[in-house]
Amino acid sequence: MARRVGLEVSLACAEAAKLANVDVIAAYPITPQTHIVEHLAELVADGHLDAEFVPVESEHSAMSACVGSSAAGARTFTSSSSQGLALMHEILFIASAMRLPIVMAVANRALSGPLNIWNDHSDIMAERDIGWVQTFAENGQEVLDLTLHAFKVAEDARVCLPVIVNMDGFLLTHVIEPLLMPDQAEVDAYLPAFAPQQRLDISKPISMGMVGMPEVYTEAKKATLEALLGSYEVVKEHWAGMAEQFGRSYKPIETYRAEDAEVLFVTMGSLGETCMTAIDEMREQGLKVGSVRIRLWRPFPVEDFLAAIKGAGGLIVIDRALSPGVPAGPVATELMGLLYAKGLKVPVHNFVAGLGGRDVTREDFKKMLQKAKDAFAAGGEMTCEMVGVKE
Amino acid sequence: MSLAADALKNFEKITPKNIPLVEPLSKGHRGCQGCGEVLALRMVAKAVGSSMIAVSATGCMEIITSPYPQTAWEVPWIHVAFENTAAVASGIEAGRKALIRKGRMADDGAKVVAYAGDGATADIGMQALSGALERGHDFTYICLDNEAYMNTGIQRSSSTPWGAGTTTSPAGKKSKGQMTWKKNMAAIAAAHNIPYVATASPAFHLDLMNKVKKAITEAITVPGPAYVHIFSPCPTGWRCAPEDSLETARLVVNTRVFPLYEVIDGRYVLSRDVKKPKPVEDYLNIHRRFRHLKPEDIAVIQKRVGQDWDRLMALVKATNPEASAE
Repeated sequence: MARRVGLEVSLACAEAAKLANVDVIAAYPITPQTHIVEHLAELVADGHLDAEFVPVESEHSAMSACVGSSAAGARTFTSSSSQGLALMHEILFIASAMRLPIVMAVANRALSGPLNIWNDHSDIMAERDIGWVQTFAENGQEVLDLTLHAFKVAEDARVCLPVIVNMDGFLLTHVIEPLLMPDQAEVDAYLPAFAPQQRLDISKPISMGMVGMPEVYTEAKKATLEALLGSYEVVKEHWAGMAEQFGRSYKPIETYRAEDAEVLFVTMGSLGETCMTAIDEMREQGLKVGSVRIRLWRPFPVEDFLAAIKGAGGLIVIDRALSPGVPAGPVATELMGLLYAKGLKVPVHNFVAGLGGRDVTREDFKKMLQKAKDAFAAGGEMTCEMVGVKE
Repeated sequence: MSLAADALKNFEKITPKNIPLVEPLSKGHRGCQGCGEVLALRMVAKAVGSSMIAVSATGCMEIITSPYPQTAWEVPWIHVAFENTAAVASGIEAGRKALIRKGRMADDGAKVVAYAGDGATADIGMQALSGALERGHDFTYICLDNEAYMNTGIQRSSSTPWGAGTTTSPAGKKSKGQMTWKKNMAAIAAAHNIPYVATASPAFHLDLMNKVKKAITEAITVPGPAYVHIFSPCPTGWRCAPEDSLETARLVVNTRVFPLYEVIDGRYVLSRDVKKPKPVEDYLNIHRRFRHLKPEDIAVIQKRVGQDWDRLMALVKATNPEASAE
């Protein structure tokens, strides 16, 4: 039976890895630090989790050790953030190309400089093209559930790809939330032990990570891409399994009061909760506004997104990262490309908000709505604006 | 505390009569003619045998043995990137340890052996190596030292010797080529207080194979890594004849330029006492990478080689107090 607990979300994430009975955790705790790794070290030290805890000397080595451990056939977990994620960059592409089902929790935070350890999405937006399955959690319960789900998807024989669970640094990782903690039997029923497709085995030698000459490189990339695109159905299937096992259901795209909305906010991560509160307040004032939250970021759920925005008169896309030198933030750029490809002329207004731990309040949503509505009414071009810049 | 010396007490040596016939690194790879590195790696693989899990850095030995869909490896082999070989090996070791302990895998006695070139060891991979040595994973790390980045076109590394011309340390009017002294990786490995460190040269093949065998033998009972630094001639990069490869591997030892020794539990043991060293010139003259050096430059190298040898002898003496008392 699940227990209702109040728990810091970092610890909930670590508890999920423990319930998944991971074999190896290779992690570097500090660039910047979260309690995820600390708590796992504690669980191993106290004998609550039988795993090898490898306290590596950098995130580059963390991901490298994860690649080795996963290739040896072990269920492998790590966690990172910001500069640390950037340091892993090189190996992230290799992990997906080698089809290794590593699971990583990413506490989304700003990238230096200037040095800033607080929340935004600049770290993960620099890792959009790494070929991993990626989800974004909105609250503590989602962090726990998506972490369990990540192992299920990653290790599925139809997928064999690494998975990142994104959670907002501080706004999620450092707050205590009420959540339902499943018991071991429930988790074991959902997530059996890892049975690798291939591993480094002296009785069945294989070569992994070979040279890809121009004659084979394109085909290798295509094969990995197909696996990522194919993971979409598996992601949904294992969310359905989760609903059956734990009674909580998840969708690639979440909507809130969107059916009759004229304008829709598009958000990712914990901002969705503030957005919903703001929408309730705006609805009371008679404003027909709703929201769309992207939970599955890679592979991008194109049809789900299009269905969610159907009928909307305009979109307000909130980016929590800059894409310097192009007209919009990374999420808006992608969504506009998608709308164009589908021949949809939905006006889009893009705001870059909440950089480096700057609060995004309910009032900010109201101001954004007003500005966007004015722009839509004027029939003007899409603009990208940074919210709350002090002059 | 278990000691490597105890684990090696009944060590069964490889001799000309029992050289392993197994070839985990099979023929058909794409190495250059006279490559001393692939020869050394073949000896390493023979000494370890078919229970080897090979972990490769990016480099010559990786590209010549694994152009997909071909592989020269008869044992499980993995390559991930340039600078992380030791970290990958530590992950494999940790994964296997957990799986064996949790009863999900039988202990098949496989040995994790990582190998990398001098650039991947002494330069870009130094941090990952130091981390893995310090954490004490049970694995063997082999540095195949050909004294420059050969795969990419002979660029200098921190393991390139003083005076050698490379494409990024060319000799010119204002330069004698490499103007820094070779980084002493074996000493750095030994400074991690690991159970076993050794240097080897493929010209002394039994010595090389026995050191690798010792490294994997002590690992069975002694927790912690082993490090073997192997001098690996590169005729292509050193600009010498392929047939001079082994001769150069012999002369580098017999001139005291590259001494052969072991560090067992911190105790320095000389493998080959070069009582009457040949002049360094004999070694340097084989390679065109040194041809710009003048007699006074060679004298500088000769002096440094003498100092390094004296320091090594002092370490041997200092770490073998009983022997010196006799």
